[in-house]
Amino acid sequence: MPTSPTPSTASAAADASGGFGAVVRHPLFWPVVALVALLAVNTAVRPGFLSVSILDDHLFGSPIDILRNCAPLMLVALGMSLVIATRGIDLSVGAVVAISGAVALTFIAGAPDPASTTTVFLAIGMALVLGLVLGVWNGFLVSVLGIQPIIATLILMTAGRGVAMLITEGQITTVTSAPFKTLGAGYWLGLPVATLVAFGVFGLVALLVRRTALGMLVESVGINPAASRLAGVRARTIVWTVFALSGLFSGLAGLILSSNVMAADANNAGLFIELDAILAVVIGGTSLAGGKFSLSGTFVGVLIIATLSLTVTNVGISPLVTPLFKALVVAAVTLLQSPAMRRKLAERTRRRGRTAPVPPSDKPADVSTDKVVA
Amino acid sequence: MTPSDAGAAGSTPDARPQDVRPVVEMTGISIEFPGVKALDGVDLRLLPGEVHALMGENGAGKSTLIKALTGVYGIDSGEILVDGEPHRFSGPGEAQAAGIATVYQEVNLCENLTVAENIMLGNEPRRFGAIDWPRTRRRAAEHLATMGLDVDPASSLGSHSIAVQQLVAISRAMVVDAKVLILDEPTSSLDADEVARLFDVVRRLRDQGVAILFVSHFIEQVFDLSDRMTVLRNGARVGEYRTAELSRTELVSRMIGRSMEVLEDLEVRTEHTVDTAQGAPFVQAVGLGRRGSVQAFDLDVHEGEVVGLAGLLGSGRTEVARLLAGADRADTGTLSVKGTLTRLRTPRAAIERKIAFSSEDRKGEGVVGDLTVRENIVLGLQAERGWLRPLPGRQVDEIVHRYIEALNIRPANPDALLRNLSGGNQQKVLLARWLATAPELFILDEPTRGIDVGAKAEIQRLVSDLAGRGMAVLFISAELEEVVRLSHRIAVMRDRRKVAELTNTDTVGVDDVVELIASGGDR
Repeated sequence: MPTSPTPSTASAAADASGGFGAVVRHPLFWPVVALVALLAVNTAVRPGFLSVSILDDHLFGSPIDILRNCAPLMLVALGMSLVIATRGIDLSVGAVVAISGAVALTFIAGAPDPASTTTVFLAIGMALVLGLVLGVWNGFLVSVLGIQPIIATLILMTAGRGVAMLITEGQITTVTSAPFKTLGAGYWLGLPVATLVAFGVFGLVALLVRRTALGMLVESVGINPAASRLAGVRARTIVWTVFALSGLFSGLAGLILSSNVMAADANNAGLFIELDAILAVVIGGTSLAGGKFSLSGTFVGVLIIATLSLTVTNVGISPLVTPLFKALVVAAVTLLQSPAMRRKLAERTRRRGRTAPVPPSDKPADVSTDKVVA
Repeated sequence: MTPSDAGAAGSTPDARPQDVRPVVEMTGISIEFPGVKALDGVDLRLLPGEVHALMGENGAGKSTLIKALTGVYGIDSGEILVDGEPHRFSGPGEAQAAGIATVYQEVNLCENLTVAENIMLGNEPRRFGAIDWPRTRRRAAEHLATMGLDVDPASSLGSHSIAVQQLVAISRAMVVDAKVLILDEPTSSLDADEVARLFDVVRRLRDQGVAILFVSHFIEQVFDLSDRMTVLRNGARVGEYRTAELSRTELVSRMIGRSMEVLEDLEVRTEHTVDTAQGAPFVQAVGLGRRGSVQAFDLDVHEGEVVGLAGLLGSGRTEVARLLAGADRADTGTLSVKGTLTRLRTPRAAIERKIAFSSEDRKGEGVVGDLTVRENIVLGLQAERGWLRPLPGRQVDEIVHRYIEALNIRPANPDALLRNLSGGNQQKVLLARWLATAPELFILDEPTRGIDVGAKAEIQRLVSDLAGRGMAVLFISAELEEVVRLSHRIAVMRDRRKVAELTNTDTVGVDDVVELIASGGDR
């Protein structure tokens, strides 16, 4: 068979630029640059953008807004990262967000004492269990029945809002319940509770995934399902688990969203959050083709999207062109972090390097990334 | 190896009929890929009204030669004459225009279109620029009739069996009035009746004067159908023979490049004495089989014993391995492991019974390329424990270090991505993955294929050592010398059937196995 020359030789040559090169080649480099650039634009427009003050015993300012607003997306994108790593996708997260909020608020509204902590904990428990059940349903369709993930979760995506509508009986359910409001709008130690919960869960799962073998097995199934099966990996259980987790996290996201506005809107709660979550995962450097995933990448991706939303209002971009603006930024970040694009950039640097020679580095080429070892 | 070293024995390579001019005459065809001479001065001629079989082992250059003829590959040197005119096709389209049609192993048709649409696709009769559908269907029906096919042209292609689809593909090829029809492994997914039906059609076309080039791994089919054959080995032509004048044994020995006279070198063998009399076999298959994959067979492997599976590619070697490894489910027969009847429904079930299976498809079913060497080595062990019980880091390091050392994996870097290792080292990592699970039966399907000589020798020594330490091994290889050298017993497969089994002694040589592959079980 004819073998085409691999691009490894080109990039290996470009790698010899020492420490800075290693930083630039880090998969998180461009996403972080994008985030910093966005913050810089905001600060340029409004110099006090990054300042944080203390107001009413808690921290206050745009950065805190970003952290609080990104909480639901953070949770949804966490589940999405794991699902995408197994070559799947979960389109139903927005619907689960809506159902979860609807269940919690309808229960609280119907309870004799909406403000009691018992009621609130029961409501939260119910919503979480329901989220988990919906995730298990998705996982069943995908891993047991073998339906393609995009179709399997499309079922719940379209049906889910109808279910939420049935629960709220077509109304936008609103309640007054101080304990429940704490989850989405409260503060603890000066920080938004929503942020603490989302970041806490994110950190816990990130730890769990790398401390147990879940991460490795998820990646193995995503990279080569046939080899994983022969190696004895319970691919079905793994896929089922990640869909269940995605449902659970979406349920929690729904609780935070509905608690923030103290209303359950079956039609609009978490609308298009699945797309934002997929974007965040992709911006973070996890391939939609499955396999290797990066939770820290997803973390940065979520922050970028949350900052972007705030930038739109802060910079005063007309709502008419908001989607276009978002699309441009996302396209730029995605291109910058794509391996093909980075290879091109590396080649350009290399060509420039030829005209003005860079001192050779004594750092050996990194075997694990680029060199083909015979 | 040179083309001249084998042609001599007993056949008449130059059986050229004086009165017929070949439709296709390829002379001195050479194709070189970076670092590999894929074809080296190969000759091939196809005569009208003849079925010509192209024979050779995997990698002998059969498909390269076909691709040279059909214009998929450009040739570096040599000459292609079609009807006496020199041609150099730069694509399959040009070859087709010159009357050379190809039907590939996988049916390249549109299942959702009708039979008639598939046959006439791209050649539909037109009227005023629009397709004349009644005439299209009529023409399709005529084509089907010439081939003696009773198929409704208006039925959807997907509703027919693969065999019928294959015949429709041939009809489609003949729409352009092909003078040459190339059939590349057309029978690999057909059962006996379907093969007979296909052959009827092929014979009918032959009698109409079409030159047919037939490629198949099924030796019986080749002898059944072909009039003449060209044998390739390592990119060179061994010779051209009339089928009637060549025996099965002669054919096989020419394909694998060993004449019957050459004696095996006895010194390099492993010790052949293993006491299988005592105790029950570790694994025992009785009448195990799977429809469309391998016919029912009996096979047992004892502790400390290497059982070799010999046979040509497609003879059912891999299928036997997959049944014993739980990769495929058997639908007949029984299997017992250590004397207990078991059903292996999944690979995991086999692993739990201490059966490890290293697939021949290293890339597709073994390597998890984007994971590191470390992760690939512990994957099997970790999968067995489940995700909730991660292996302690120190234990992982210890295991990984041990196998990198023991199997001499290069580079000795546990954090290298597996896809960046060479084929031989990837294979060693996969062996390490399985050895780490401490198997009691190790099924190795082509563990030495496509890897360099050094790694090959290391893996052979490993197999021998493992058996010496009491492991049962099922060893599959296309290289018969390897099988003969390592095995205590050899089971021979042909045409998806176990045809013979022989106990290896110092007097057993490759030639005995070749003979069994060619003719065993028929006497």
